[in-house]
Amino acid sequence: MKFEQASPPNPIDQERVVTRPFTRIEGPLKVSGQAPYAYEYGLPEAPTYGFVLGAGIAHGRVTRIDTTQAEAAPGVLLVLTHENMPAQARSDTPVPQQREASPQLSGPEIRHYHQAVAFVVAETFEQARAAANLIEVEYEVTPGQFTLADTVDSGKEPKDAVDSVVGDFESAFADAAATVDLTFTTPDQSQAPMEPHATIAQWDGDQLTVHTAHQVVHWVRRGLALTLNVPQKDVRVVAAFIGGGFGTKLLFFSDAVLSAAAARLLGRPVKTTLHRPLIFNNTSHRAATIQRVRLGADPDGTLHAVGHDTWTGNLPGGDSEPACEQTKYLYGGEHRQIRTRQSELDLPPGASMRAPGEAVGMLALEGAMDELAEKLGLDPVELRLRNDVQFDPEKGPKRPFSSRRLAAALRTGAKAFGWDDRPRAPRERQDGEWYVGYGVASAFRTNLVMPSGATVRLNPGGTLTVETQMTDIGTGSYTVLAQVAAEMLGLDLNQVEVKLGDSDFPQASGSGGSWGANSSSAGVYAACDELRRDLAQKAGYQSANAVFRGGKVWQGAECTELSELAGKGGVEATARMTYGDLTEQFMQAGFGAHFVEVGVNAHTGEVRVRRALSVVAAGRILNPVTARSQCLGGMTMGIGSALMEALHVDHDLGLFVNHDLGEYHVPVHADIPDLDVLFLDELDDQSSPLRAKGVGELGISGVGAAVANAVYNASGVRVRDFPITLDKILAGWDD
Amino acid sequence: MRAFSYTRADTPQAAAQAAEATGTKFIAGGTNLLDLMKLDIEQPSRLVDVSRLNLRDVTDTPDGGLHVGALVTNTDLANHPRVKADYAVLTRAIVAGASGQIRNKATTGGNLLQRARCPYFYDTNLPCNKRDPGTGCAALRGLSRTLAVIGTSDACIAQHPSDMAVALRVLDATVSTLKPDGTARTLTLDEFYRLPEDTPHLETTLEPGELITGVTLPPPVGGTHLYRKVRDRASYAFALVSVAAIVDGDRVRVAFGGVAPRPWRVPDAEDAYAQAKADGRADALIDRAFEGARPTEENAFKVPLLRRTLKAVLAQAGQEAQA
Repeated sequence: MKFEQASPPNPIDQERVVTRPFTRIEGPLKVSGQAPYAYEYGLPEAPTYGFVLGAGIAHGRVTRIDTTQAEAAPGVLLVLTHENMPAQARSDTPVPQQREASPQLSGPEIRHYHQAVAFVVAETFEQARAAANLIEVEYEVTPGQFTLADTVDSGKEPKDAVDSVVGDFESAFADAAATVDLTFTTPDQSQAPMEPHATIAQWDGDQLTVHTAHQVVHWVRRGLALTLNVPQKDVRVVAAFIGGGFGTKLLFFSDAVLSAAAARLLGRPVKTTLHRPLIFNNTSHRAATIQRVRLGADPDGTLHAVGHDTWTGNLPGGDSEPACEQTKYLYGGEHRQIRTRQSELDLPPGASMRAPGEAVGMLALEGAMDELAEKLGLDPVELRLRNDVQFDPEKGPKRPFSSRRLAAALRTGAKAFGWDDRPRAPRERQDGEWYVGYGVASAFRTNLVMPSGATVRLNPGGTLTVETQMTDIGTGSYTVLAQVAAEMLGLDLNQVEVKLGDSDFPQASGSGGSWGANSSSAGVYAACDELRRDLAQKAGYQSANAVFRGGKVWQGAECTELSELAGKGGVEATARMTYGDLTEQFMQAGFGAHFVEVGVNAHTGEVRVRRALSVVAAGRILNPVTARSQCLGGMTMGIGSALMEALHVDHDLGLFVNHDLGEYHVPVHADIPDLDVLFLDELDDQSSPLRAKGVGELGISGVGAAVANAVYNASGVRVRDFPITLDKILAGWDD
Repeated sequence: MRAFSYTRADTPQAAAQAAEATGTKFIAGGTNLLDLMKLDIEQPSRLVDVSRLNLRDVTDTPDGGLHVGALVTNTDLANHPRVKADYAVLTRAIVAGASGQIRNKATTGGNLLQRARCPYFYDTNLPCNKRDPGTGCAALRGLSRTLAVIGTSDACIAQHPSDMAVALRVLDATVSTLKPDGTARTLTLDEFYRLPEDTPHLETTLEPGELITGVTLPPPVGGTHLYRKVRDRASYAFALVSVAAIVDGDRVRVAFGGVAPRPWRVPDAEDAYAQAKADGRADALIDRAFEGARPTEENAFKVPLLRRTLKAVLAQAGQEAQA
């Protein structure tokens, strides 16, 4: 099925099951420990345990590696290094890939700290870890570049973030009545999912089965097959339950490649989890940015010049952190200049993390909007409303937004939050030791759709089974897909069983970029649509007139039980949703508004969020419980991003030094107050038959800026160097 | 984690004797040692489990003070009625640290002996004189935002991470120990903790095998007891700075955490406080207590933060005294 024109009315519009607040159907399995994550699958034979040893330098080469002691250690079965690693495909970048070959232990060169230099397999995890500590590695260190700020002049225009220039920005900016010209910096950040990267690999002859923690099953299947030089058909990937991905599990790493290679050599299953201190430097992270935002406006706030420059870095061949992205679309203004420059750094690989681009780009753009509003003496909400635009500002009215309720989100949020009651000037309001401030920011995230397929099977007895490679990374995919299938076939939710994350099932969108729920639901929709036609035909009805309700298919007053149509063998349909050019014709994005109240301690400069509200317009909300959870998670991550999350680079040694969850701070419960989420009614006819858009990343995109703006409103200090830690507040006060 | 032998001791003296040999460590709650062993930072060849010793009582001393057995858990100590009534700064400090789960396992003796949280100490690839003497201190030029500003040396700038110990210092607590030869010692915290100088791997004056048997609190001194911990997130973080204070009219006792290799208290500074004019007292105390501080560029904020935090504590003490 191809989605290439605005969706006509369809069975989802009944909203009998879809849009209802069901809690997660797999919840009982998870809380009772019966949902197996990658590392937890039972195996027919005793597994062996792998342990990855990471490089102790950032840049250079291994000159000697002595595994003698490790090989002689108790329980050790195999030690792999670059000297004995089986043949693999090559890659022209040291950055692990989503679906291309990503070799490990491929040579003596060290491209980043904690790159795998050895892999020990033993009978127990403890034996493997102990033996890894016995490996002697000698290195030749060569100088590296670890400091983004020192590379801004050498940055090049990246292929994945090309310049976007409309009009004459420089002149318009120079002529503008009011301007801001501000530089923001955001640090490297780690996805740090609760479930570490983990894999169990086992071979049966030439057939490889991999249980792994990955967001997109067919990507890792392809990537692993290419890496190991085996046909894709011989690789089965299972990822039925995943404990958070946040982008890092769009890629595959040493746990997957080395477990698979070792399992083949040993003829036994190998299970490997990356230990926490390795994850921060061995896997991917979000790269730091330096951003310069220039805005030029009329005295009434109308923008004419919108400029955003981002400098970021990565290993050669790595993606950019596309922090300018939202600035193309969020506000009007006829002169626009968006540029990214990427330099080569010898830090660990940068890759997607929680709303790549927007999560950190919005910190800069929405901080700049706040400062412009202050300069103009305008309500920051009003400034945003005045620059709302219903079409892609670069392309003009010929490319309208498919749906855009930014203004409604701002107005609804302002009212619900009590924005009119905000302190009008910094340090105006105090509650005990705490200065109180309010902040606002828009929310924006480009809506992405991906092809996705599914099989639906009407079982004897009339229940339905859905099978798709789609993953559930903690987001609610199981529940949402069950709702979609139940809606389409006129069943109750408990009559639908959903099976996910197995490469034996039809290829699906997977989870990432907030595309998962909408895209995979569309795949299930397509399969159900086909099944409905088959069943109507079986019942002797004209499919156009058939209505599925209450476990029956109806034509007028006539009906047939689905269980009857299922017969003894059941009825099955497989289909795939693909997309035409509606994302070209229409700019598609989710919108919203974030409102935050913070306290800044008048003595110590500590910042604590007191309350926050996000208003979200993201098309049809397929399940308000799971969508709300997504937004709460995003808001929490946004608060963390604003106030604490930072990988600290050692600029001499070239690593992220705070590589554990003790020192890499994410918010704890005590940091997160009452959060609230309001969903606006919206149907997006151009996005999919579900009329939905991506939700999760809207929660993070902008909320950090609202925190920063609230911190200013409370304390009078603008911190543009994230995260906003108390020392930076004190520096502002003590100036 | 390297292979090690494991024995349980039946008496404190047997424990001390069993632990005298090089490479031996005591283990009680294990909340710090086991983590460090897994990371190959601690590599003991032998563990002597003292967790079953009869050192878990809290008893009144004849002079009206309190003796706390070395194995009293942090949770039990914080919740002890006499501690809450007479040594409230200790309760407040303990509950400001770690998490409920960790406090349930962590012991009084173990808390005193917890090791540095410097990120360079935590990675065996990196230079660290404390972990691997002679390799250098990477923190001096690297990530030092959380580290110490005073009492440090060119060999080490790690801070002591304990909250509990800061309160014990302000209470003038002493540490009771037992040596393998059966002799007992009583040490003030300043005698117990060493400054790093050029041997940062030696953190206390304990001799091989010497076992902490308990901590003694002198008779209560009254006053308003406060513990203020300033950190980067609301919970589950080590102190950037902390202030343990007992305020009684014009007299204060103040110890500082998060800023030195041991709980930092300078009695002269408390005299300077008493002698200064009312509006200059906090500054007088900080100026004296942190005379000679040598912060790094990254943690220079700690000195003004200490000043601000002390003022906040004194303001709070005033409010609590009124209430």
